[in-house]
Amino acid sequence: MDLAFFLIQLLNGLQYGLLLFLVASGLTLVFGIMGIINLVHGSFYMLGAYLAWSLAGLTGSLAAAIAVGIPLTVLFGMALEWLLIRRLYERDHLFQVLLTYGLILVFEEMRSILWGDDVHGLPVPALLNVSIPLTETLSYPVYRLFISGVCLLLAFGLYLLIQKTRLGMMIRAGASNRDMVQSLGINIKLIYTLVFAIGVALAAFAGMINAPLSSVFPNMGGQVLIICFVVVVIGGIGSVKGAMAASLMIGLADTFGQVLVPEVAGMIVYLLMAVVLVWRPAGLFGKA
Amino acid sequence: MAELLLEAQGLHSFYGVSHILHGVDFSVARGETIGLMGRNGMGKTTLIKSMLGLVRPRQGSVRVRGRDMTQTAPHAIARAGIAYVPEGRGIFPNLSVRENLVMAARPGVDGRKEWDFNRVMATFPRLGERINHGGGQLSGGEQQMLTIGRALMTNPDLLILDEATEGLAPLIAREIWNIIRTIRASGIATVIVDKNYGAVMALADRSVVILKGRVVFAGSSNELTDNEELMHRFLGV
Ligand SMILES: Nc1ncnc2c1ncn2[C@@H]1O[C@H](COP(=O)(O)OP(=O)(O)OP(=O)(O)O)[C@@H](O)[C@H]1O
Ligand SMILES: [Mg+2]
Repeated sequence: MDLAFFLIQLLNGLQYGLLLFLVASGLTLVFGIMGIINLVHGSFYMLGAYLAWSLAGLTGSLAAAIAVGIPLTVLFGMALEWLLIRRLYERDHLFQVLLTYGLILVFEEMRSILWGDDVHGLPVPALLNVSIPLTETLSYPVYRLFISGVCLLLAFGLYLLIQKTRLGMMIRAGASNRDMVQSLGINIKLIYTLVFAIGVALAAFAGMINAPLSSVFPNMGGQVLIICFVVVVIGGIGSVKGAMAASLMIGLADTFGQVLVPEVAGMIVYLLMAVVLVWRPAGLFGKA
Repeated sequence: MAELLLEAQGLHSFYGVSHILHGVDFSVARGETIGLMGRNGMGKTTLIKSMLGLVRPRQGSVRVRGRDMTQTAPHAIARAGIAYVPEGRGIFPNLSVRENLVMAARPGVDGRKEWDFNRVMATFPRLGERINHGGGQLSGGEQQMLTIGRALMTNPDLLILDEATEGLAPLIAREIWNIIRTIRASGIATVIVDKNYGAVMALADRSVVILKGRVVFAGSSNELTDNEELMHRFLGV
C-alpha cells in the first residue's frame, strides 16, 4: 500500500468515524442523561437523508434543504419527546425498547408512504464537487473533507455546549440527580426535550450531509443504528468523549478492514467491540 | 402576622401502601425560623418533600405565598422562592464546585440579587480554595457548605435545611450552625431539621414535633424545652 492510497483510506476512515459520532453522540446523551434506550435513533438519520433528498429537489440545493430541514427536525424531535418519549423516563428498559422499536416500524412505513421504496441519489453540491489530486491516478474528493470539517466543528460545538455553558451544567447535573435539579428551580422536562431534540437534529444532519455519498434508501437507519450502538458500547454508555473515540476507532477499523481483509470486513467492528469489552467491560470511558 | 410563605394543610402522603403522613399542618411565615423535630423515621423528610412537590400528597393542600401549588411542578415551587438543602446533601459530584454554584444562580422572586457567586465565596472561603475540584472530591463539611451556598445562589425567601450537620465533626458542625445563624439574621426564613435539638431550639422562633406522621407539638421553643415530659415522650431526651 503506497502512501497516497494509505492517506486516502485514513481520510475516509476519519470521515466515516466523524459522521458516526454525530449520530452516536445523540444516542449516548439520551441514554446517559435520560436513561432511555432509543432504538428509533437511526430513523432520524434516515429522516434527514430523505428530507435532504426531497427538499433539495424542491429548492434545488442541498444547502437550502439543510437550512429548511434542520428546524423541521428540531421541532419533530421536540414533539416526539413531548408526545411519547417522556412517558418512558420512569419505566424500565423493556417498555423503552418496545415503544422505540415500534416507532422504527411506524417511521419505515411512513417513509414508504411518503417517499416510496426506491433508491435515490443526490448530487454533490457543485461548489464542493472537486478533487484534490494526490498522484497521477489518485485524488481525494473535497466534499469528504468538507464533511469531516463540519463534523469536527459540530463536535467542538457540542463539547462547548456541554462543558462550558450553564445549560450544559444543568444537563450534566440532571444526569446525576434529577430531583435536586428541579428543586433548584430548573425545568428538567424542558431540558430533556432540548437534549432529545439536539440528538435528533444531529442524527438528521448526518443523514443530510452524507446523502450525496451514501444515497438515500429504505432501511438506511437500521444499519446506522446498529453501528451506533457498537460505538456507544465501546465508548462507554453515556460518555460523549467515549463516543468520539469509539467512532474514530470504528471508522478506521471498518475502512481499513475493507481494503486489507475484505473477507472478514463485516466482522471487524464486532471483533473490536469484543476485544474492548474484554479489556474494559464498561467501555473506554464508561463508569464500571 | 407576616405573610405566609408556605402553608400545608391536612397532608396525607404515602410510599406505595405505607401511609406516612396522617394529616399534617405546617406553615412558615416570612422571616420566621422553624425547628422541625422528631425521632428517626417519623416523617420529617417526607413532609418536606410533600411540600416541595417531590412527593405528591394524596390528600391535603400546599400553598406557597397564598397560591395553591399542591400539584405544581417542583421547579415552579422552587421558583416561588423556596430553596432546599436535602438530607444527604445532593451535590452534583460530576460538576465542579464552581459549576455546582453557577448552574443554580438566579434572582429571587422580587428580582433580588443579594446572593451571587462572590458573596457565596466570601461566606464560604473554604469553597474558594477548592473551586475547580469535582463536587465528589469534597469532604462532608465542604459538601454541606456547597449545598447551602448553592441554595443561596437562588436568592430564596425560605431555606429548608434537612439534617445539615449530620455526620459532621463537631468543629465543622459549629461552623455550619454559624452560617445558618447568619442566613437567619439576613431575613431569610428557615426550616431546620436536625438531631441537635438544643441548637435547633436555640435558633427557632417556633418548634414543630412530628410523631409517626402526626404533629404532636407546635408552639414556642421555650414551651417545649420547659416541658420535660414532652421532650422525653416525643424526642426521647
Ligand atoms: N422512598 C421511600 N419508600 C418507602 N418508604 C420510605 C421512603 N422514604 C422513607 N420511607 C419511610 O417513611 C417513613 C418516614 O421517613 P422520613 O424519611 O420522612 O423520616 P424522617 O423523619 O426524615 O427520618 P430521619 O430522621 O431518619 O431522616 C420511614 O418509616 C421510612 O422508612
Ligand atoms: Mg429525614
